[in-house]
Amino acid sequence: MQGPKVKAKLGRDDWAQRSFMLVIGLYLIIALALPLYAMLSKAFTTYHFDLSQYEVQVSDENGAFGDTLTLSNHNMLATPSVVEDLSTNTNGRLGVTQFFPDFSFRSPVNYRFRGVTPDAVYLIGSERNKGPDWVELDSNTFRRIVLRPNSERGLANFKTYFSTPALFQSVQNSLLIAVIVTVITVSLAFWFAYALARSKMRYKGVFRMIAMMPILVPSLLPGIALLYLFSPRQGMLKALMFDHDINGPIGIVIGSVFFTFPHAMIIISTALSISDARLFEASESLKASRWRTFWTVTIPGARYGLFSAAFVVFNLVITDFGLPKVIGGNFNMLAVDIFKQVIGQQNFEMGAVVSMVLLVPALLAFGIDRRMQKKQVALLTARSVVFEPKPNKRMDWFFFAYSSLVAIFIAGIIAVCQFAALIKQWPYNLSLSLKNYDFSRMDGGGWGSYTNSLLLAIFTAIIGTVVVFLGAYMVEKTRGFEKGRALFQALAMLPMAIPGMVLGIAYIFFFNNPANPLNFIYGTMIILVVSTVTHFYTVSHLTAVTALKQMDTEFESVSQSLKQPFYKLFWRVTVPVSLPAILSISIYLFVNAMTTVSAVVFLYSTDTALASVAVLNMNDAGDIAPAAAMGMMIFYTNAGARILHALLSKGILARSNAWRQTG
Amino acid sequence: MLDSAPSIYLRIENLWKNFGDFTALREISLDVIEGEFLCFLGPSGCGKTTLLRAIAGLDLQTTGKVEQAGQDVSNFPPAERDFGIVFQSYALFPNLTIEKNISYGLENAKRSKSEIKARVAELLELVGLPDQGKKYPAQLSGGQQQRIALARAIATKPGLLLLDEPLSALDAKVRIFLRHEVKELQRKLGITTVMVTHDQEEALSMADRIVVMNHGTIEQVGTPLEIYRDPASLFVADFIGAMNQMVAEATESQITIGNIKLHCDNMGLTGRVVATIRPEDVLPVEVAGENTLEATIDSMEFLGSFYRAELSNSEMGKAEISADFSINAVRRLGLEVGASLLVQLPADRLKTFPEAS
Repeated sequence: MQGPKVKAKLGRDDWAQRSFMLVIGLYLIIALALPLYAMLSKAFTTYHFDLSQYEVQVSDENGAFGDTLTLSNHNMLATPSVVEDLSTNTNGRLGVTQFFPDFSFRSPVNYRFRGVTPDAVYLIGSERNKGPDWVELDSNTFRRIVLRPNSERGLANFKTYFSTPALFQSVQNSLLIAVIVTVITVSLAFWFAYALARSKMRYKGVFRMIAMMPILVPSLLPGIALLYLFSPRQGMLKALMFDHDINGPIGIVIGSVFFTFPHAMIIISTALSISDARLFEASESLKASRWRTFWTVTIPGARYGLFSAAFVVFNLVITDFGLPKVIGGNFNMLAVDIFKQVIGQQNFEMGAVVSMVLLVPALLAFGIDRRMQKKQVALLTARSVVFEPKPNKRMDWFFFAYSSLVAIFIAGIIAVCQFAALIKQWPYNLSLSLKNYDFSRMDGGGWGSYTNSLLLAIFTAIIGTVVVFLGAYMVEKTRGFEKGRALFQALAMLPMAIPGMVLGIAYIFFFNNPANPLNFIYGTMIILVVSTVTHFYTVSHLTAVTALKQMDTEFESVSQSLKQPFYKLFWRVTVPVSLPAILSISIYLFVNAMTTVSAVVFLYSTDTALASVAVLNMNDAGDIAPAAAMGMMIFYTNAGARILHALLSKGILARSNAWRQTG
Repeated sequence: MLDSAPSIYLRIENLWKNFGDFTALREISLDVIEGEFLCFLGPSGCGKTTLLRAIAGLDLQTTGKVEQAGQDVSNFPPAERDFGIVFQSYALFPNLTIEKNISYGLENAKRSKSEIKARVAELLELVGLPDQGKKYPAQLSGGQQQRIALARAIATKPGLLLLDEPLSALDAKVRIFLRHEVKELQRKLGITTVMVTHDQEEALSMADRIVVMNHGTIEQVGTPLEIYRDPASLFVADFIGAMNQMVAEATESQITIGNIKLHCDNMGLTGRVVATIRPEDVLPVEVAGENTLEATIDSMEFLGSFYRAELSNSEMGKAEISADFSINAVRRLGLEVGASLLVQLPADRLKTFPEAS
């Protein structure tokens, strides 16, 4: 017979670790789950004026009051209805005088006004009134009465969305563009990665470096370069466009291929590099043709990588905001719609609805990609022999030519931006000058926005790395507490599925609510850091978890048996051993904080304008050359950070050479 | 009086471990005597590591009691128990030198730097690696690393030493050498030690007592000799050493294999049984006597210090008997494949077990 269940007695370490995990879990709930919930409820909320809630009596000129009128009846009696559309949004206000076409504020007529139920709210000026007590007012005060809308839960917003072709068209547009870009980018990136992994072409290092450059710039930068190249009026190469407008789907596709290329290339490169050399030897010994080997060994080996790359690219394109904003013209995309609804029309509810629509493909792509990644890892753990390509003059030259073309495309886009930034005035004055870097003369926040971006990047890198690594450590190494850990893990995976625009709008709903005690961070640098850390949490978390998983799980057991506190092991062993991963996380956060537009575009204030947003705004204002210059500033900074990171990593590896695995 | 009542250092009472519907440990009760070297032996998945981790508090049992040095530690976190542990992976901290690894558990306010230094030097001496202190773990061989792990585990003089397959990752030669070293060290320190292993030779050569486990239960507890000579179950008989197994029909005083009737001291079972005898207990004899039978050598395999022969007898039916013959016996009796000889299956070496279900 089994006795009573043994309940673990929690030691000091257990309490400390659980508290840490709780704090970081709480952070994720506040910075992610609650804002998303606020957005969700917003999408299902509709506002309308309920006229049956209010009654009014009107006196004659002698002060004798007539019959009680309900506003709804009054409204219906009037022909045609005085106020036709009673649906509105949170901020909707309806003045009552509209119901009285012959109203004059100078008339001696008096009014009595009341709500029918105790909850019927109305404003007299800015004073909030409610309830069924009659309030008597002269006509000059009566005109200051405005009604507040009632809120209701329901699908009405979604009905409106799907019955508005202008909005619904975006779904089709976004899907179409995302699919086209996915096909092009994955094909281009596959052959590029193939050339790097399987040929003996020269200058592989240079090619790899150039292919990574798009990661260092905001996604909207290629848009600016494309405008310079192909703009219908002044484009350098406008003849190539044959009267098509670069503004629109063509521009979005080309620009998207540019900024998604490195992401696809990395994933496919990894997939190709883990293929087992023995399979190729076997295939060769069976006298299979190169073509046959390609289809029976290479492609199946890399298939998860290809799928994964496809879903990542799809997700990047469908959630991207900057590029279609710059070069989309009148071609509507989902992410831009969110911006237009929220910033342009102040229609927050509809913004939330578009966000929900955008979430569907993003979540789907995310889910499928996670499954693919898991299978890829399974392939990776098998002990395989690294493939060493053999020289083949014809193929090597072919791949060299191909890679050069891709590299020229990528480097060319950056070069055009650099050129644009340095030219005095295209196309009239081609002399070189730095005047475009004098941001104080333009909208967008001037040099201050650059400093803000730098600060944001540094804060994000430092705070984000600490939070992410601690969180990953606690979730990996805490004893017991399975349910709490599973919940934390789920929370940590969530950000990757949430597009930046959706996160941004969710933050507006959650933090810009005066009732929220955290309301004070709205409009400050804090909310920018929080949103950026959260937006890029998942990839950082996975990097940390992978590094921690590679560490012997028994370190903790040994340390506990020696009665040493967990933080001693953490400082003396875990952190030093994980230093390369920690550096990778911080550079990843830094670069992304410099380039991100999507979440922060809703959250910056005049004091916290950012460089990436400044690029957008200057471009909007027609200052394209300064926009390019600011984009290049981001590029220099990120390139510098990357170089610094490489040097640091090298130094650390050299110092730890003595103990890092020699065999 | 000399150790008439050995004091019990670790007591496990009715311990169970469930993973959902799966029962990893079932009704484990066990006493570990102070200063003894105890081995948990069993095939992989038998629950031996789970039991060790429950003793350490690394993975708590579902129910049941663990008592160490008179104190109920059943639900204690590892840090509040008193043990040192060595893992198969060594788990040496890669970025700390050997000295720092060993001194890791010694560093606290109570010990002075010089005290720690002296203790580290003493431990390095003890494990036979006095001049390796400045190196990093990756610069040592596997066997050396394991000795450092051992030094680290005993540095704080714990009351209990737990060894989780400590030698399994090593080469055969190093393994055999270290078996001896570890045992020697344990004897010198007199520290109560529990080792988990799936290697029966390791258990037989190192342990004072062996706990044979299977499917989450204890099959038998005893000295290596007891376990080997008097296995308590067919599983133990089969798992440890080589063992002939023959289906037999048993009556009060004898067993029948095919048409051959044999006396058997170890009775008690009747009906269908499995009769066992170890190959080395099958004796070549020159004159017929009790339990002798005529057998033909079907094959012979040279195993270094002896030959293992497969014997058959048409009267026995399909049953084959393995027998170990010394090189001398083979030469003296002129044994070769196809030859016939007379063998005895001594009645006191024949055991019977109920047929496995």
